[in-house]
Parts: sequence; C-alpha cells; structure tokens
Amino acid sequence: MKFSDQLEQRFAAMVTHYPTKRSVLVPMLLYIQDELGALNDEAIHEIAERTELSELEVRNVISYYSMLRTHPIGKYNLQVCTNVSCLLRGGEEILEHCQKKLGVGNKQTTADGLFHMEEVECIGACSWAPALMLNYEFHENLTPQKIDELIDGIRKKEHQ
Amino acid sequence: MADVTLIVDGKKLTVPAGTLLIEACKSTGIEVPSFCYYPGLSLQGACRMCLVEVEKMPKLQTACTTPVAEGMVVTTESDKIKQARKSMLELLLANHPLDCPVCDAGGECELQDMTFKYGAAESKFMDMKNHRDEQQWSPVVYFDRPRCILCYRCIRVCGEGMDVWALGIQNRGSSAIIAPNKQDHLECEECGMCIDICPVGALTSGAYRYKTRPWEMKHTGTVCTHCADGCKTTLGARRADTGMQIVRGDNRDKSGINGDFLCVKGRYAFDFAHSDCRLKQPLVKRDGKLVPTTWEQAFELIASRFKQVLTTDGPAAIGIIGSNHTSNEENYLLQKFARLALGTNNIDHHRTADFPAFASALAGKAEATASMRDVHNAAAILLIGNNPTEQHPLLAWQIRTNVRLHHSKLYVVNSYPIKLRRQAASFAQIAPGSEGGFAQFIAGSDAAADSIVSPKLSREALAALRDALKQETSLVIIFGSELRGNDVKALVDFGLARSAKFICLGDYSNSRGAADMGLYPDMLPGYGPVASATTFHTDWLDEIPATSGMNLLQMMDAAKEGKLKALYVVGSNPIARYNIDPFALSKSFVIVQDMFLTETAKIADVVLPVANAYEKAGTVTSTCGDVQILKKAGDFAGVRTDFECIVRIAATMGYDVRKLVPFGGEGTRADMGQSRGAQSGEADRHAVWLSEHNLEPKMSPFDPSAMLDEIQRLVPAYDISRLSLLSGQDVHTQLVQITGATGLGHPELVLPANDTLFTSGTLGRFSATLNTVMERYSSPVEPEMVAGYDPAARQGP
Repeated sequence: MKFSDQLEQRFAAMVTHYPTKRSVLVPMLLYIQDELGALNDEAIHEIAERTELSELEVRNVISYYSMLRTHPIGKYNLQVCTNVSCLLRGGEEILEHCQKKLGVGNKQTTADGLFHMEEVECIGACSWAPALMLNYEFHENLTPQKIDELIDGIRKKEHQ
Repeated sequence: MADVTLIVDGKKLTVPAGTLLIEACKSTGIEVPSFCYYPGLSLQGACRMCLVEVEKMPKLQTACTTPVAEGMVVTTESDKIKQARKSMLELLLANHPLDCPVCDAGGECELQDMTFKYGAAESKFMDMKNHRDEQQWSPVVYFDRPRCILCYRCIRVCGEGMDVWALGIQNRGSSAIIAPNKQDHLECEECGMCIDICPVGALTSGAYRYKTRPWEMKHTGTVCTHCADGCKTTLGARRADTGMQIVRGDNRDKSGINGDFLCVKGRYAFDFAHSDCRLKQPLVKRDGKLVPTTWEQAFELIASRFKQVLTTDGPAAIGIIGSNHTSNEENYLLQKFARLALGTNNIDHHRTADFPAFASALAGKAEATASMRDVHNAAAILLIGNNPTEQHPLLAWQIRTNVRLHHSKLYVVNSYPIKLRRQAASFAQIAPGSEGGFAQFIAGSDAAADSIVSPKLSREALAALRDALKQETSLVIIFGSELRGNDVKALVDFGLARSAKFICLGDYSNSRGAADMGLYPDMLPGYGPVASATTFHTDWLDEIPATSGMNLLQMMDAAKEGKLKALYVVGSNPIARYNIDPFALSKSFVIVQDMFLTETAKIADVVLPVANAYEKAGTVTSTCGDVQILKKAGDFAGVRTDFECIVRIAATMGYDVRKLVPFGGEGTRADMGQSRGAQSGEADRHAVWLSEHNLEPKMSPFDPSAMLDEIQRLVPAYDISRLSLLSGQDVHTQLVQITGATGLGHPELVLPANDTLFTSGTLGRFSATLNTVMERYSSPVEPEMVAGYDPAARQGP
C-alpha cells in the first residue's frame, strides 16, 4: 500500500527521529487516519510491516487511544468539551444543543455522513470555555447561536 | 552481587542485592499474594495484590516490583495491608462473576483462594457488570472475558516465553480485553501455556473444560510420551467405562525439567489412550482375518511357532523389532529375551539418531553430555541442524529462556531460517545438507567450506564463526540427526578440546533408551559389541550369540526371500515407517504388540493389545540422557504391558523367566515381614507405598523394577540414584561406553521421524485433539520454518 507523496515523505523523515521504529507508530497512525478517514485493515497491515510490529500490536495501540478509529466517521467531527471549566460555563447545554441540531446522539454520525459528534474531556481551552473542536479547529466562547451559525455555515458550503 | 540484609515480619534475612521483595519473602517462607507477578516473566505491577508496608516509605509498596535494599524493614500482614488487598479484590471482582461452582477453574483458582482469604465477596459496586459472551479462539483455547482479571500473565508467557506474541490487550481501563492475534481466533503454536498460567478461569482448555472438577481426578506426575525431551506432565485421571481415563494433562507441580513448560502434545495429546480405535483383546489370523482370541491361546500360539522355527530353521530365522516408546526395562528385557531365550542377535529398532557414533566419539569421557537443565544455564549454545521449535519444543523453550534471562550466547547453524534464529546472537544459514560438512569445517577441515557456503553465508562469515566458537569455553553443543558417523566424531573432538557438553537429538520419547538398552543387532546395552567379552557375557553365562544379527532392513530383505520365518514387532510400525511392501512379510509369522491396528499389525498373525507409557511403571531416558520414572496414570481394560507380554511368551515357551527377570531374590518371596518381630508392619507400609506408586515389591516376574536392578548393575552409566529417581526427579546419565567399542554405527539406518509441533507418529494419528488442531493448520503458517523437511511430511505417516 502506498500513501500520498506528502505522507510518504513525512514517514521517511519521521522514522529517522526515533531510536526504534515502533516509536513512529502513534504519529503515523494519526496522519494515516487523517488521510484515509479511518485505519482500515489494509492500512493496519501496512503500518505493522513498516514498523516491524505485529498487526495485533498495532490494533492494541489503536484501541487504546479514543482518537484513533478503525471505522470512518462523518467529515466534520464535533468534539464538545464538558470538563470542569466548560461545564461551569454551560458546556452541557452546548452538547445538548448540538445533539438536537444534528439529530444524533453521542458518538454518532448524521445520515448524510457530514457530521459526527462526541463528548470529550478537557481540550485545553478552559480560558475560552465553553469550547469545542471541529476536526483540528477550535471554536470558543460558544453559545447555541454560534453553534447554529457554525453548523449551518458548513451545511451551506457543502451543499453548494 | 553483594548481599543485602533486611527484616521481613521481624525475621532477619540476607539475600543477593537486586532480589525482588516478593522473592525475598518467599525464600523465608512468607507468601505475599499476587496475580500478575510470575517468576521468570517481566514485571507488570498490574494487580496490586502484593502491597506491603515498608518502613519510612509513605505508601504501600508492590513487593513484586520493589528490589530489596539494605536495612529495609517490611511488614507483609497488617490491618492496613489486609484492607488494601480486600479493596483490590473488590476492584478485580467488579466485573468478575462469583459463580465459582460452575466455573471450570473452581477449586484451583487463585482469585477464589484470595477472595476466601480476604473476604471480599461482598462489593460496594452497584454498576452493571461489563459482560461479553465466551469465545472459542482455537480448538483448544476458550476465552471468557468476565472472568479475566487482566494480570497480563498470558500475554507475557505467549510473547516472552514462547516467542509467539499471539495475545495482546485492547481498549483501556476497565474495558480492556485480552485479544487474539487474528481478531476472533488464534493462530499460534497451541501450547496452552496461557491456559496453564491463567490464575482464574478466563482461559480454559477445549480438551478438558467442563468434563470434571479438579478434586475428582487422581493426579499422577509422569513423563510425556511424545517427543524425546522428557517433559514431566501431570495427568488427571477419572473413572470411566474402560478404566481410569486420562482427562487432563498439565504441569501443576512444576518439578520436572520442563518447569513451567508443556507443548501442545504434552498438554492435549494424551487422548490416544482412550481412542475408539484402541485394541481391547488379542487377535489371531484365521482364514486371512484377524479375529479375537484369549490371551492364553495367543501366548500358546506364539510360543509354539517360536519353538517350531527354532527347531526347523534355527534362531537366525527370527527377527525382533523394538520400540522407541516402551520403557528402558521393556527394551532391556526384549533384547535379553531375543539374545537368551531365542538365541538371536536379529534385533533392531527405528533409529532416529546416530547414538552409537555419539557414544563412540565420547569414548567414555565423563561429564561430556549435557542435561536438559544445562541448556537452561549454559553460557553459550551451539545448535546445528534440527528445528527444536517444531521437533523439540522443550529444548526450544530452554534455549529461549536462557537467552532471555541469562543472556546466553546462541549460535544457530541451519540450512533453513528456523525460528530460533530470532534468539540467536549468530545465525549461519548453510547450504542444505551441509551440516556434516560444517562439523568437519569447525574441526579444522578447510576443504569442507566449499560445500557449506550459501548465498546467505559468505566464506569470511563462516571463518569468523569458527573463530568465535573456538573462543567459547563453556559451550553446550546440540546437534540433530543430520549429523552422523564421522561428522559426529569430528564435532565431538572439536568440542571435547574446549570442555563442551553435548546433546544428540533423537526423536521419540525413549529413542535414547532404546539405543542405550541395546536394541541393536551388533551392540549390547551400553553400546558394547556382541562379539567381544563384556560383563553381560559373564552375567548371562555366555549365552549371547557371538555374531552380529541382521538390522531392520536386512530382516525385511530376508523376509522377502522367505528366510525370516518369524518376526516379533514390539510397539513399532516398520511397514509404514520404512514404506515396506506388506507382502514382503507374507512368508513370515508376524507377531505385533501395539495399541492400534497399525499397517504392520494389519498383516500380523497375532496382535497383542498393550498398555502405553501412561499406563505402566518403568523408566525412560530423554534424548539428553535424563532418566525419569514413568508412573501409571491411566488404565485401559483388556490390555497388558509389553513387559508382561514378553515374560509370558518366554514362560509359555518353557524358558525359566527367573533367568530373564531377577525377581524375588533372597528373602523377598512373599512374606514382607509384616507378621514377625518388633518391626512388623514396617514392610507392609513399604508395600503400600510401592503399590500406591504402581510399583511391585519385586515378588512377581512382571515387576519392571526388578529389571531396573539388573540395568543399574550392568548397563554402564545407569548406576544412578534410585532414591532421586523414585522421588520423581530426573537423573542425568552419562554416555560412558564399555571399552572396546564397535566403532561407528550405521549412519544410513538413521531415519528422522520428521514430526512437527502437531504430529507425533502413530500416537498423534489417534489423538483426536491433535487432529482437530492440525486440521486448522493444514497449510503451515510459515513453511520455511519446517526445517529441512518436505512440507508434505507435516501430516506425518
């Protein structure tokens, strides 16, 4: 299996950064997931071979981290924080609003495959709570209104 | 390392620095409970059961990960500790059902014991149990998630111990789960070590589960009868219609040379003993068909035909083929019967290694053979040929453990990339078939290098390897049957100059014993020549025929020509093994003693159903020369031991069996002394002990220990400690040869068994469990791992 040229270059460079090949496993899994949407069997086989680990070991690591997944999810992943700071500033309401707006529960994907949402622990944005992460992008000082704008904006963009 | 003095529970003790606290406690008899800690495996610190108080340390410490320190003051039992352990148990039991009465491990479960001790049966947890259904991972491995306490023992023993790495852990925290390498099933060596090491009933054995309870079995520690490594296996037997049926094999006492280890065969392949195909009564051929008869009639027929042949054609017209699985006593008795009662040297067996060449090369040098225990401690090991992972699983385990725990230096020389190369400090892939050449090369023959070099081994690397080996001062040299005759001599000469120790690898459970006990046409027990005067000649009143007899293949040729009038086959299947046309034996009267109707038994005139190694007493010798005692574990109605059959045939022929078996010496006829004097009852207790161990007080001619007396007296190197032997220990015997060696054996007669991890000759064919495992691996996982042999041979004959 071959990844995109950019990822291949990245891998080649990263392998040299660590004393052992297995150390490159976690960052590689993240980049592959970004490229493919999920870590499928083929990708697991490939990464196992490249890092000289067994597929079982790769699966062990994937299952350990909640941000790594073997099945694809929606294109936009809303990760809503409900940890202490966000909780105090209305994180729970934001979470509820997201669920109502999208019509899906925790760790579910919308029927059109556009959105996936999940409740997460602290994302390190306490100063601007309540906050969420949309893929790698932070959205802070949230209100239900801001959520609506965000989601509608994406829908509009995607349906054009 | 320097010693460290510490105080545990008020007891002062001194242990080497670096010792773990849990081991230090154990050495003074204090048991610190633990689930995840296992001696010899890496540390985990997962279960938190071994918490102890250490003075001046603020929190409780895990004894399994804390090394001892000078002046340490440790408390292992206090209210605080008790409370901590109880809480740990509560956590472990959060998902664990307390249904011990229906659990397969009930009665021998470490968690059950601890829960009982600390009284944590009631829990404060109100959460839902995290349930998953039981899974079958292989024909012999089942996994029940809720019972798992995540001690990681199975993962470590599979990876570190077996070098298989088939088990892993998935998810995290309380939803963590042990996972097999193929997502829903296992692809592994099926050794069952994970089951044995599991402290609870999470991993269970497909061959045993839910058949019985541990306390309903009678446990007998005896020697595995499959490969030649001599693992001790504890067989659990239970009453059944056919007698005492073996229902489980494991190594619960861990006192054997195998320690923690057992392979798939030792653990599961005992079930040939209660195969439906087992013969239950003697058979004779009438009108071309084998029909049941009585033992008396069978013995009468055999005896009369033997006598007839002796009168009309002489002793040279009788041939005898012995077994690689029968005990030393039976082998010794068989050759004695052949040489004295029948008066012939036509005796041979299926040779799987050139032991005579090995014995001859050693030339009586003491301390030159290594025991299986030496492999565990040797500073350096040279392995030439063979593939121990498949053919000698215990040897492979010992080598791996030694490399892992003691950093032993392993040199592997093989024509295939065998799995043990992964532990090797140096792996030389030589050209196929050049193992003998390699022995000549390291012994100094530079000319041999041409045949050894391969695309994967340069001439320079080969020379460097020889130089490195020459520097090794305490080497254990292990070689397979690829090395024979002069090559063995060259290798032994090279090693002896460097005080190396040797192991010559034969293939079956008593291949070495068969060789040592003289199942050869030209050698007596102890490899002495039949022609020259030996102690046997003096002891047996010179009745040994002076000329060498026919070997196995010569006997078959003689049978074809009609010159071999009678053939007596004990526990062997030459027709299948040597691919002999069954019609070759149509002119001979053939007697077969076996458990099953093998290819050879099918064409026999008389077939006697016999007991296997799990159903009798005696001794066997592993390929390293470790002698161990066989204890009777199972029972099968209708069969008799090979020993009894041989004695009965001799008796029916009118031969004085006292000349064969020295039973009932002076004063031990019948009165054991229980009726007289102040010590009355003493001897009786002795008799009770003997019968408990399935030994007889040598009052009958069927007692193998009477034969052992003679073996110990006459066979060189077998004068070993009887006390150690009887207490179940392995006693190493050295191959010390009688002076006046016959020289080299017949290398061309050596035929390797080519068994793999999942085959075991005839025994394997009739083991249902082994067959179900084998079916799954009809195509070898790693074909190149089957060293030197045709993949088709994987199925075994």
